[in-house]
Amino acid sequence: MKKELTISAIKDGTVIDHIPSNATFKVADILDLKSIKSMVSVATNLPSKHIGKKGIVKIEGKYLTQEEVNKIAIVAPDATVNIIENYGVKKKLRVSIPNQISRVIKCSNPNCITNVEKIETRFSVLSKNPFKIRCHYCERDMNKEDIEIV
Amino acid sequence: MNLKNQDIISINDFSKEDLLHILKIAKSMEKPKPALLKNKIMSTLFFEPSTRTRLSFIYAMESLGGEVLGFDSASSSSAKKGESLWDTAKIVEKYCDIMVIRHPVEGAARLAAEASGKPVINAGDGANQHPTQTLLDLYTIQKVKGTLNSLSIGMVGDLKYGRTVHSLTAAMSYFNPTFYFIAPQALQMPQTYLDELKEKGIKFVTESNLQKVSNKLDILYVTRIQKERFPDPVEYEKYKGYYKLDTKLLENVKKDLKIMHPLPRVDEMDKSLDNTPYAVYFEQAANGIPIRRALLALVLGKTK
Repeated sequence: MKKELTISAIKDGTVIDHIPSNATFKVADILDLKSIKSMVSVATNLPSKHIGKKGIVKIEGKYLTQEEVNKIAIVAPDATVNIIENYGVKKKLRVSIPNQISRVIKCSNPNCITNVEKIETRFSVLSKNPFKIRCHYCERDMNKEDIEIV
Repeated sequence: MNLKNQDIISINDFSKEDLLHILKIAKSMEKPKPALLKNKIMSTLFFEPSTRTRLSFIYAMESLGGEVLGFDSASSSSAKKGESLWDTAKIVEKYCDIMVIRHPVEGAARLAAEASGKPVINAGDGANQHPTQTLLDLYTIQKVKGTLNSLSIGMVGDLKYGRTVHSLTAAMSYFNPTFYFIAPQALQMPQTYLDELKEKGIKFVTESNLQKVSNKLDILYVTRIQKERFPDPVEYEKYKGYYKLDTKLLENVKKDLKIMHPLPRVDEMDKSLDNTPYAVYFEQAANGIPIRRALLALVLGKTK
């Protein structure tokens, strides 16, 4: 309980816990938290029994949808997402890899048009386990080890 | 699939039925139809050089009564001034009914198609796709063998970087083939394609010595070791003369083997093969005409 209070509890909104520490700010980027006007707390390098060091993101007044939650699957597949109402957990969402991924990942092919012109990347997910995606533009396949987050 | 107003970007966008339908229409397009595409304009956006593809698109369009405008190198387009491909496609769509694009960057044709309200045909995007080449390869195989089904297909040369062999492998996979991939280890078919074949239950053999498997083949598809696709010139020097096919190859082959090549060739295939009944590569290049006529007519809605 004491650890949870490292950053303050929220009344209504979304708490994303168990983010790998090195992915905390990527999660913030992916969810575009800098454009949110309500209170957002981002904490990282918190001790965690399960993953060593973890990050937490708390967003006051915003309920993430399943679709939004799935966007972070690439960087934080084991994150837990709780929807909070009146300080209590109203709903738990599981992170699951979507069938299409836009924007988040950079295509590993340097000669792909997405690395030449300023356009958003798009990938279709061929397989979730093992993770394999195909670029919508250059049709190159990528595995987990090829992935670089934009 | 009704191809009217559809973009032709990747062979992977087509089902088996689509492919067979296009081949059927191509058969009816062996001769010019000078009134079919009257008052239609095709623009050619060629950001890198090409002889066969560009000329055969132009000839196909003009032999159906259509008109052509365009450029044939990036240096004669606004790309030289720094214009984005997106903008070029947006502008050119106003001048034409259909756009044919060749570009050295992979995914360029897909992007141009998204920018343009007019249909786009991909005439080659870097090492990625060249669907009209694949279709004319299928058309040639069907013509010379009488069928696409259950053939033993050998591919020799640069199987790592060669887009023609990747696309042909994908397209032929619909027709219960046995593949023989013949290349030195460093230029073998990429693992990702082999994994896909395994998943589909398609038989294949990888081999570096052509002589060992040449007697099994119905089709031998030869490709050039492409200098322009090699990231490292030292690597290219190592492999450039690796295969030199000549009439010695023919000692051991099936009587009805047919040898194909997307051309241009450098020194991987000797001229002594040209006048043998095995060689069909010039006929193959000519088959680009009915295929491109068929696609232009289908996409412009003048045939179904």
